[in-house]
Amino acid sequence: MSRRHLVRASAATVAATAMLAACSGGSGDTTDGGGEEAAACQPTDGQVELTYTGWVPGMEAAVEIWNENNPDIQVTYNSGPAGNAGTYQDFFNQLEADEAPDLGQIEFDTLPNFRVQDGLVDIGACEGVLDAGDQFVDWTWQQVTFGEEGSVYAIPQDTGPMAMFYRADLFEEAGIEVPTTWDEYAEAAQAIRDEGSYITHFPRTDVNWFAGLVWQNDGQWFSNDGDAWTVDLTGPESTEVAEYWQGLIDDDLVKDTAGFSDEWNNELNTGELWTWVSAVWGSNSISSGAPDTAGDWAVAPMPQWEPGANAAGNWGGSTVAVLQGSEHPYEAAQFALWLNTSEEALTTLNQEGGLYPATTAGLELPALQEGLEFYGGQAIFDVFAEAAAGTDPNFTWGPTMAQTYNDVADGFGAALGGSGTLTDALESGQEATIQTLQSQSIPVAE
Amino acid sequence: MSMLTRTAGYGPENARTRTVREPLMSRMAATLVMAVFTLYFLIPLWWLFVASTKSRGQMASTAGLWFADWQLWENLQYVFTYDGGVYLRWLANAVLYAGVGALLGTLLASMCGYALAKYAFRGRNLLFNVILGGVLVPVTALALPLFLIFSAVDLTNTYWAVFLPSLVSPFGVYLSRIYAAASVPGELLEAARLDGSGEVRTFFTVSMRLMAPALVTVFLFQFVTIWNNFFLPLVMLSDDKLYPVTLGLYAWNSQTNAVPELRTAVVVGAFVAVVPLILAFLGLQRFWRSGLAAGGVKA
Repeated sequence: MSRRHLVRASAATVAATAMLAACSGGSGDTTDGGGEEAAACQPTDGQVELTYTGWVPGMEAAVEIWNENNPDIQVTYNSGPAGNAGTYQDFFNQLEADEAPDLGQIEFDTLPNFRVQDGLVDIGACEGVLDAGDQFVDWTWQQVTFGEEGSVYAIPQDTGPMAMFYRADLFEEAGIEVPTTWDEYAEAAQAIRDEGSYITHFPRTDVNWFAGLVWQNDGQWFSNDGDAWTVDLTGPESTEVAEYWQGLIDDDLVKDTAGFSDEWNNELNTGELWTWVSAVWGSNSISSGAPDTAGDWAVAPMPQWEPGANAAGNWGGSTVAVLQGSEHPYEAAQFALWLNTSEEALTTLNQEGGLYPATTAGLELPALQEGLEFYGGQAIFDVFAEAAAGTDPNFTWGPTMAQTYNDVADGFGAALGGSGTLTDALESGQEATIQTLQSQSIPVAE
Repeated sequence: MSMLTRTAGYGPENARTRTVREPLMSRMAATLVMAVFTLYFLIPLWWLFVASTKSRGQMASTAGLWFADWQLWENLQYVFTYDGGVYLRWLANAVLYAGVGALLGTLLASMCGYALAKYAFRGRNLLFNVILGGVLVPVTALALPLFLIFSAVDLTNTYWAVFLPSLVSPFGVYLSRIYAAASVPGELLEAARLDGSGEVRTFFTVSMRLMAPALVTVFLFQFVTIWNNFFLPLVMLSDDKLYPVTLGLYAWNSQTNAVPELRTAVVVGAFVAVVPLILAFLGLQRFWRSGLAAGGVKA
């Protein structure tokens, strides 16, 4: 139920974004926005009030710590719906009316969208920002700088490195090896099917999950040479992933349950699904959705395409960006840096909101070294820390990801229903994305 | 359902004398269709109630339409205390937006409809037609323009941003006009004028009482419209302390991937949030039916 809601909501978001972009006409002048601000990032004298909107549970606690220690820079936090469920659209509306909050939570895959709409302030010139770069996991810094020298458009907040959750007890009972490569994964899928269960589900709407798999395979969906966007959903790496899963679907080795649905929770809880290749935050989804299986799960690295490799993908994660119109980019940048690098803030956000830090030092937090009872006492975060290090830094998101996700999800749904294939879905997603970019006057390289 | 079928003036005796008895088969068919639709509308509500009594794990793993362990009180406690009890605030906001908004909206609509029905002035029909046109414009389509207008006067992210637009009800004006034309006799107004009553006083002491059934209808419609108007607050408000309950639940629901425990709060919160609507309808439906019928017949 909730997933379908989300998809519909993001469809509305796309439509409304397109509408706004069309209305504002001039704002289509893509990639050069925000450059002027970078030159002048000076502190303001006296008392500064900042507003900050996001949707991380428990963020209030971290903001409170800051406010106590910084009487001159007071931050007001507003909690909204998740980005694609409404907050992004609110940001765009507010940018249009020149009353956006000083700081906004923006997921990595949506940063380019705000960038081309000229919604982000380049805080590269603000004190300490550039120097902070080497504290963050490589790929996150790459994505917030868009690879530009001297520019920074957001501060990474959390990430979702991917690994494989699996039912250790069931694998052992059935005498099936825990797969380390995708080939072994397919073999295990067959063996598990012979036991009467399924190895996993193929989620029709979680296209960002699929993007994580492509990311692991060194694929690139988008690139930008400074002038124009190249869209490549159908490159050989993406096609390899699509054909692999299409094979599993054709042989009835994966369920077509929608991810995060009640049905899916139930299948996890009853042992009908044995694995889930997912992000670090998925640990919470399993433990609360499948309480009867406590102690039976374990975590292993993602299956690899090359035996012995340690490539991983990433699913999810956010940044904190200074939005256009902010009168205090200097103070806003200082707050964003503190929020996402200081140990006290990272500890609070991890405890209260379950965030997995984007800094390399953050991965050493004491809370992330402990064994979890639900996972048989395994210190599962070690696996994810390794995955974070093995994530390719050069993956790039497109400027209209909500639309791309929707169009590919339509194709995925069709493929699961037996008409078309996952490769077809990527092809139609490719076409639809190019059309959307062109209709928003965003230059596309042929 | 029995309350729906037996209302004032339509007792069984009346029905028998007035209408020819339908053949048994036809009556059974009609009853069957009604029963199917009743089930269709009540089952989701039943599911919501049953799900509200379960723990998070059992919500997924036990049959949806029957009870597991009774957890309703724990769940209610969770909803009302989560995030500093913000849910209660959302409920209060919704009651404020919908209750006060519908009251004032009904007053404005009745005055406008009454004026259109009872006073002859230049452009009366044009005005009425424009208002009728307003019925056709979905409120969702107005949210973005309203946001830009409100931001020009610095009123976004305030109570007013949701409250003021909620006062407008073209449908209410339409219904009030129809009902005023039908139920307030011109002679009565003449008599009131001869007795020295001013127009305003006549409206409040005579006309409004005659229009009461229609006003209840307008109030209920407006109450439900504001209660369910989700897009306007979504666009207008960024401070979650100003949210009405629909938007609050939606925000929670959008966070369930990160915080799966919130799903309990969403389900139980949704159940609690429909209770005021059910109460409003059960309490006012007697008037509501007669008002609606009057509008339908006289139009």
